[in-house]
Amino acid sequence: MITIRSLTKSFGENRVLLGIDLTIEQREVVCIIGPSGSGKSTLLRCVNRLEDPTSGSIVVGGVEVCDPKCDLDSVRTSMGMVFQQFNLFPHKTALGNVTLAPLTVRKQDRAVAEAKGRELLARVGLSNKADAMPHELSGGQQQRVAIARALAMEPKVMLFDEATSALDPELVGEVLQVMRDLAGEGMTMMVVTHEMGFAREVADRVVFMDGGVIVEEGAPADVLERPTHERTQSFLARTRRN
Amino acid sequence: MSAVEVLAADAGLGEFFKTDIVREMFPRIVTEGMRNTLVYTSIAFVGGLLIGLLLALARISRRRPVRWAAATVVDVVRGLPALLTIILIGFGLPIAYKSLTGNLWRWPFGTLGSRFIPGCLALSIVAGAYLAESIRAGIEAIPKGQMEAARSLGMSHGVAMRKVILPQAFRIIIPPLTNELTALLKDTSLIAILGVQVGGREILTYARTLTNARANTTPLIVAGIAYLVITIPLLRLVAMLEQRAKGGRR
Repeated sequence: MITIRSLTKSFGENRVLLGIDLTIEQREVVCIIGPSGSGKSTLLRCVNRLEDPTSGSIVVGGVEVCDPKCDLDSVRTSMGMVFQQFNLFPHKTALGNVTLAPLTVRKQDRAVAEAKGRELLARVGLSNKADAMPHELSGGQQQRVAIARALAMEPKVMLFDEATSALDPELVGEVLQVMRDLAGEGMTMMVVTHEMGFAREVADRVVFMDGGVIVEEGAPADVLERPTHERTQSFLARTRRN
Repeated sequence: MSAVEVLAADAGLGEFFKTDIVREMFPRIVTEGMRNTLVYTSIAFVGGLLIGLLLALARISRRRPVRWAAATVVDVVRGLPALLTIILIGFGLPIAYKSLTGNLWRWPFGTLGSRFIPGCLALSIVAGAYLAESIRAGIEAIPKGQMEAARSLGMSHGVAMRKVILPQAFRIIIPPLTNELTALLKDTSLIAILGVQVGGREILTYARTLTNARANTTPLIVAGIAYLVITIPLLRLVAMLEQRAKGGRR
């Protein structure tokens, strides 16, 4: 589904990704963990080209997204992205957020888009919040609307960029539950997260990144319980202490 | 002897304010003066918004020459007196056209058109230059996550701008926009430099004609009141909107 080859990314002098090779199969859930500044968010943002890679290749569903001739807008509709800060459109209702892209990009009929939108809101447990404005919703509810908004374009892959990091602790669970359901339905997911419990339980594979490279990857039980690399061990020890 | 000198020589309340002249000014001060002030203001404001939006988008373009050109236009127009811009467009443009092509330039709609079309055009450009800075500030105030979210859903840059960024930006800049509208409304009196036409006079020009004819300042006082009737509610509205923005959500 996603094949990343020799990917590098520099911001000026600052080299953030030093050569990433990673393949994600269809229906696979891959959690990317690592200390902040390790480049995991940048990697995710390169996949849908919110960041322009410096070199390397990323193929998503058979399309080379690093090709300057590739139709970015069309490739992006096959990838849903969920942001740390939700980034809901504050001038639109929950339903308006979910239907905006289907209406403007897919030119769907309003009735069709709204029916689908309500269905998606129900799926994330917010059928009674369709007409609420984002500022009337809790962080957890906003993030669930954001997930529904991404699903409205019927993506083949979902990218989660620290989707629960900005949430109050008591609201993390409801968002993780939606992500867990999504994984259960067979969605291909690339999840940058600090939630080790979620990674252990839901991921098919865990990737540990540090200093712009993939240090270690494998089954959650192996990487999280029996890490072979010293950097992985010390990172996991630090997260456990907190 | 000019009207002002007559007034100075015969100073006294009678020459300053006469109620029968006030009576004489109705309904023309409303049907011609206020009407035309509002018509010119509306046309120039709509034109100014269009020009301002184009300039604002050009100011944040990814292409350096486009940014540079827009910044130059904005700075030059803001750096000139509005009156000079009006004269240059109203008189200078037709002359430039004639010396370049040898043909006579004619604005449509006869003499009235030849005055108010270039006048409104010039005011639109002036307003556009000022509005451009407000609009740009509004666009730049929107968190960049908004554009990223829109693009990640497959919206093109243009669609994201139109459906996500601009609606939010305009909401923020309603107060400065309303301020600019008030300034524009007062500037409509400058169009008269291009010529005065009965039926096409705005508040101040109508009042000045009458002041000259009657050798009396009463029309100017009535004109002042006519302006304030429109501008004070606008200014209060700005104050209210700013208050609400400060205390309100987000």
